[in-house]
Amino acid sequence: MRPLAMRMREKVVLRVVSRSFIPFVLLFGFYVQFHGDFGPGGGFQAGVIVAAGLILYAMIFGLDAARLVVPQRWTEIGAVVGVLLYGGVGALSLLLGGNFLDYNLLDSHDPMHGQHLGILLVELGVGITVTSVMIMIYYVFAGRGVGARPPTAADAER
Amino acid sequence: MTQLLDLLPPPVPLFVLLIAVALVIARVRDLFESAMLFGIFSLLSAGLFTVMDAVDVAFTEAAIGAGISTILILGTLALTTRTEAKHSSRRLPALAAVVITGAALIYGTRDMPRYGDPEAPIHHHVAPYYLDETPAEIGVPNYVTAILASYRGYDTYGELTVIFTAGLGVLSLLGNAVRTAKDE
Repeated sequence: MRPLAMRMREKVVLRVVSRSFIPFVLLFGFYVQFHGDFGPGGGFQAGVIVAAGLILYAMIFGLDAARLVVPQRWTEIGAVVGVLLYGGVGALSLLLGGNFLDYNLLDSHDPMHGQHLGILLVELGVGITVTSVMIMIYYVFAGRGVGARPPTAADAER
Repeated sequence: MTQLLDLLPPPVPLFVLLIAVALVIARVRDLFESAMLFGIFSLLSAGLFTVMDAVDVAFTEAAIGAGISTILILGTLALTTRTEAKHSSRRLPALAAVVITGAALIYGTRDMPRYGDPEAPIHHHVAPYYLDETPAEIGVPNYVTAILASYRGYDTYGELTVIFTAGLGVLSLLGNAVRTAKDE
């Protein structure tokens, strides 16, 4: 059985539809990310939606093409950066003389602004890590056994 | 008529559909079909959460359960065969275990407060504080975000660490083959 991505490559409708769809999926992901204070959603859901957009790209256009857009190395770095961003906000509030993750101190004039900034930053951290880990897991799963397969006609064509 | 409506709140048809899909999943031998049915199952659950006013949970269920999980199951399917291995269909001990566990679970629900009961303990612990103080302390319209990211920031940090650790685990278990084949 040929890998999923290779069979997908021959489906014109899927390719065209997904190509016009993916930007909106990503845009919706960013909307959910940065509008999480006001509507449903937040970093976690946004991360999954952005990752789903990129995974859709990987399924339709192949793993190698997706790795050109987002190299696996980036996902490994992103997973760490998100956790560090979240923890960094906590450490910063410690350094400013408060409790761990006490956002009130992030803005010296208005505690509520500090809360908004803190929530924005930790949600961003969540989003980065979730996106990275989801893409990474897909890469690792979908990449199993690919190295052992000899190149085929469809590979050369690209 | 009102009594009938009391007996049949909006989630009930969704629950019936959930059970129907679960039964079909148990019977289907084609793994591709059951992967798709699992996606439908998650989407129905998301609908159920929406009807029960848990929009954020519904969102997560739709994105994770119906989206990513289905993709990962399909990715795994691409590496294995499409049909489930045959095994003898009559296993009395398994049936007994399932019936006993199910009966225990149903018995356990008798102790739970009625759905939407304002006297339920969950509505009298910290929830009133969050609802009263969020506008003044956090100033964020979505209270779920206020609780998740600020009041319970610790817990969310822990959850993020769990996801990070899961990613590390997958990478260290399965990642090597990819690294040697592609990056070097």
